[in-house]
Amino acid sequence: MISEEQVRHVASLARLGLTEDEIREMGGQLDAILDSIEKIRELDLADTPPTANPLNLSNVLRPDESRPELTSEEALAPAPDAVDDLFAVPRID
Amino acid sequence: MEDLLNLTAHGLSERITAGDASVREAAEAANGRVEEVDGDLNSFVTTTPELALERAGRVDGRLPGGGVKPWELVPIVVKDVLSTRGVRTTCGSKILEDFTPLYDASALANFGEEPVMVGKSNMDEFAMGSSTENSAYGPTRNPWDTGRVPGGSSGGSAAAVAAGEGWWALGTDTGGSVRQPAALCGIVGLKPTYGRVSRYGLISFGSSLDCIGPMTRDVKDSALLLQAIAGHDPRDSTSANVEVPDYLANLEDGVEGLRVGVVTELMDERIDAGVREVTSRVATGLEAAGAEVGEVSLPHAYYALEAYYIIAPAEVSSNLARFDGVRYGLRVPADGVHEMYRRTRERGFGAEAKRRIMLGTYALSSGYYDAYYAQAQKVRTKIIEDFRKAYARYDILVSPTSPSVAFEIGAKTDDPLAMYLQDICAVPASLAGVPAISVPGGLSESLPVGVQLMGDHFTEGMLLRAARAAERVADFGFSPRP
Repeated sequence: MISEEQVRHVASLARLGLTEDEIREMGGQLDAILDSIEKIRELDLADTPPTANPLNLSNVLRPDESRPELTSEEALAPAPDAVDDLFAVPRID
Repeated sequence: MEDLLNLTAHGLSERITAGDASVREAAEAANGRVEEVDGDLNSFVTTTPELALERAGRVDGRLPGGGVKPWELVPIVVKDVLSTRGVRTTCGSKILEDFTPLYDASALANFGEEPVMVGKSNMDEFAMGSSTENSAYGPTRNPWDTGRVPGGSSGGSAAAVAAGEGWWALGTDTGGSVRQPAALCGIVGLKPTYGRVSRYGLISFGSSLDCIGPMTRDVKDSALLLQAIAGHDPRDSTSANVEVPDYLANLEDGVEGLRVGVVTELMDERIDAGVREVTSRVATGLEAAGAEVGEVSLPHAYYALEAYYIIAPAEVSSNLARFDGVRYGLRVPADGVHEMYRRTRERGFGAEAKRRIMLGTYALSSGYYDAYYAQAQKVRTKIIEDFRKAYARYDILVSPTSPSVAFEIGAKTDDPLAMYLQDICAVPASLAGVPAISVPGGLSESLPVGVQLMGDHFTEGMLLRAARAAERVADFGFSPRP
């Protein structure tokens, strides 16, 4: 059983605000989903390597060359709060 | 003049090339159709009628000079998860309600420098869902029966194509989001091989699974649109550096001598009888057309949905961390930065996005990582091995696309698990990264049924050829609805 306290802990790891109603419902919903996926644990896969990429690509590199990209003015255009050349945020607590 | 809206995309392209219609006339026809039916369907989050006319005029102007690609002549619908320069892109979420991207997604840029776009289509928030009911902009309705869902997450794209609000659309498929809505709306939906189409500019959901794919009126349109968007892209390190063949060249060659395996695990009692019946009928038709048809087993398909519902939420919990109220999107002001993150994400995300963030964060958290995420990644290896064995014996695998026809709006919204079951036939191909296409196979309960064909990595040419044969067998036909 996932307790309300665990729900609060996971939400805080995810920096996700939840209403009190959402906290109450979330535990039961996560339990139901986790119960249903529990059966993958019955497989003995100790010797099976994990797959992260279906084509098994790794360490794809390209030349480190500079090229024109967005100007800082363009990059800041969608920002909720831009000050001078920077993204502004509230006090870091 | 015959109504342009009744033509396929390739038919329209030929008509315009012959000088018997203009791109501008096509854009006008699509805009008019949107005006006529979208109040009922809600296929679009944002329509772009003026932009479509303006760009159509410029394509018409370029035509006499030559060098215009055949697909550029046909106005397109774009799922609202693909970045479009200067046109708002919401991902079906409140958190991006006012977000305007600075560039076009590579797939769209490949289609054309100034794509003639009808609008941005509705979707489940951040592509998480199988009904398009998880959109902050209201549900989309199925053109076959407006009391039912169009499927999801690319439900807006599917409904728009089925209703003739455009000739074709781009969708995205992480665990069936192109194929299942295509099936439920009676159109063709192709998920290419993972890495075949660049993900640059696609707002990420599950980065090891996400694929952009064509949603079209017929298989030939699917081949043409894949031709337009496929290719290697240095801006996406997971895009494949594999040559793009001519997907139209062998399309009509038929299935003589092709080995076709029907997947046993995806034809059991979890699938509605009417859906199984249509699938079997198409398989029998392929045999009559010259294919060798047998049965094939993917034993770990029974664990695919479970592995998917660990891997996809894990990846999304990480990908959605970027929505923090700093660089773009919604910000809810607060005193400190952490409270600002929490409030922004509380107000910006809907219920399903929150559920998946929680599930993924839990599965990745200390103490649970090995039991869930690492185990799911190993199941993924087993599924890939199953496919490898199957393709040693068969060229093409066949199954239903979804376990049921379109269901009623609201029928599954209170039960996330029932909704997830919609993906059982689609997720094996997603986890293995192989290409898969849904073709309308017939009707059950007077609603369309999709038949899924799967190929091996980078064999889209053969897959499309088999799909074209299946389309001929099914003889489903297309006309805009309602």
